[in-house]
Amino acid sequence: MNRKKKLSGKSLILFRAAVIVVLYALIACVVEFKLLNRMMLSLVIPVGINIILAVSLNITVGFLGELSLGHAGFMALGAYTSALITLNVTGLPKLLTFILSMLLGGIVAAFFGILIGMPVLRLRGDYLAIVTLGFGEIIRGVINVLPITGQAMGISRIPKYSTYTIVFIVAVITILISMNLLKSRHGRAICAIRDNYIAAEAMGVPITRYKIMAFSIAAFFAGIAGALYAHNVTFIKPTDFDYNKSIDILVYVVLGGMGSIKGSVIAAVVLTLLPNFLRSADDLRMVLYALALIVIMIVNAGGYKDRFLEKYREKKIRRKAEKEAQ
Amino acid sequence: MALLEVKNLGISFGGLRAVDGVNLEIKEGQLYGLIGPNGAGKTTIFNLLTGVYRPTDGTITLDGVALVGKKPEQICHAGIARTFQNIRLFKKMTVLDNVKLALHDQVKYSLAESIFHVFGFKKAEAEMDARAMEILKVFELDGQADFLASNLPYGKQRKLEIARALATNPKLLLLDEPAAGMNPNETEELMKTIRFVRDHYKITILLIEHDMKLVAGICEELFVLNFGTELAHGEPSAVLNNPEVIKAYLGN
Repeated sequence: MNRKKKLSGKSLILFRAAVIVVLYALIACVVEFKLLNRMMLSLVIPVGINIILAVSLNITVGFLGELSLGHAGFMALGAYTSALITLNVTGLPKLLTFILSMLLGGIVAAFFGILIGMPVLRLRGDYLAIVTLGFGEIIRGVINVLPITGQAMGISRIPKYSTYTIVFIVAVITILISMNLLKSRHGRAICAIRDNYIAAEAMGVPITRYKIMAFSIAAFFAGIAGALYAHNVTFIKPTDFDYNKSIDILVYVVLGGMGSIKGSVIAAVVLTLLPNFLRSADDLRMVLYALALIVIMIVNAGGYKDRFLEKYREKKIRRKAEKEAQ
Repeated sequence: MALLEVKNLGISFGGLRAVDGVNLEIKEGQLYGLIGPNGAGKTTIFNLLTGVYRPTDGTITLDGVALVGKKPEQICHAGIARTFQNIRLFKKMTVLDNVKLALHDQVKYSLAESIFHVFGFKKAEAEMDARAMEILKVFELDGQADFLASNLPYGKQRKLEIARALATNPKLLLLDEPAAGMNPNETEELMKTIRFVRDHYKITILLIEHDMKLVAGICEELFVLNFGTELAHGEPSAVLNNPEVIKAYLGN
């Protein structure tokens, strides 16, 4: 057991701040000086958005322990709400309009999260997964027929407000908030429901309330991610938010290790970049992607990693012993 | 006045009458035992008292408050805490967090404070830490506060469950087979702890147990259950020598 020394209090805050600043400087350098090819540069913002989506879904799937297959639905709500606002509100400064539209997108998504959560979160496991799946499809279906959302044609000419700076800031805020939540009274209640809901109930935790809370916080950030998405691609249509998108996000969370924020972030980064690296493989691209997913899953879940590290450690010790013997 | 009054309590699962016409009167500060052969309905009574099941008939009153129809979390607020026969800890949480969860309703702060770790957050968390550690110390678990609950040995998991239940600050503590799976030494130690808890926190305890040594050693009054109905009740020495009780346990 090699436990790292735990940082705490001020030194922890300083350490985190340093990491954030260095990361931002790195990304800024890469983007500003065009250190990567165009394709990779165009992925900087999607990576950030996917991080937000994965970290927020992790609150439902990892912390609360309930399978949700409707995350893209919340994303759609945020995307459409914010796009309609930035297209119709004039007279305010650009950045302010964008931030307001983003927040409203998040709030609308959270509101629907509460609305759907109230009846749905009484269900558990498979049932909940199927109902959330249905919800995502309903949202998409409604958007597909409403005139205000442009029906199947979608909404185009959305101003390109999403910059890597804004996405970076929002991603950092999402990660920090979800880390904070985990280490709080509310986060403990949410995790307790995951670990044993009967005991949580017996210890005085109002289960439905906390489930809805976790669900709507996740929906809020999905809505914000949707807003960032809309203002990055500048053209949104209902098929962008089909259930494949929900599954993609779920894959990030599951592969990253459910409940692990770090894992969600890493998985979101790797799995957003991977399909683009594989582009040269042409027809085999999706096959290779699927293979990569399977391999990561096995390595992650089967304990191979731990066994490998264990063996490595043993070897190191043996070598040390041999050296000493000589 | 009795702390807990149960009158004519009954529940049917389809055609099975699991508990039928049970009366309990529990006075403050006493240590009660609930015994009976397997399937007698002991755990069902616990589940009825804590709101997991809703009784088909009868009333439950704690300190003058009617409990029938309330949800488990409301009953916890009213002052009943319990442990489970098959341990139900929050396995992926630390020992300390398990106890802190139970303090959930006593030290409060808002969701905004949770998300941003501001205002009263630090003070409230520090208070929770202090209170949780105090309880853990009683159960000699303070050294393992940072362990995951699932990494504790069996006996300590049982103790942690009691510690967690105590942290909800109950008037009545229900222990469901606290000594199950423990060796005689551990049981001995557990008896001491239970007695200490009763005296130190001044609470009332009702426990289900099959270990007659423990029951006879610490309980001041016993209720014996058989086939969902009360068979006998009274002082341990009298009850345990009651021919009806012996017959229920051993047969003819």
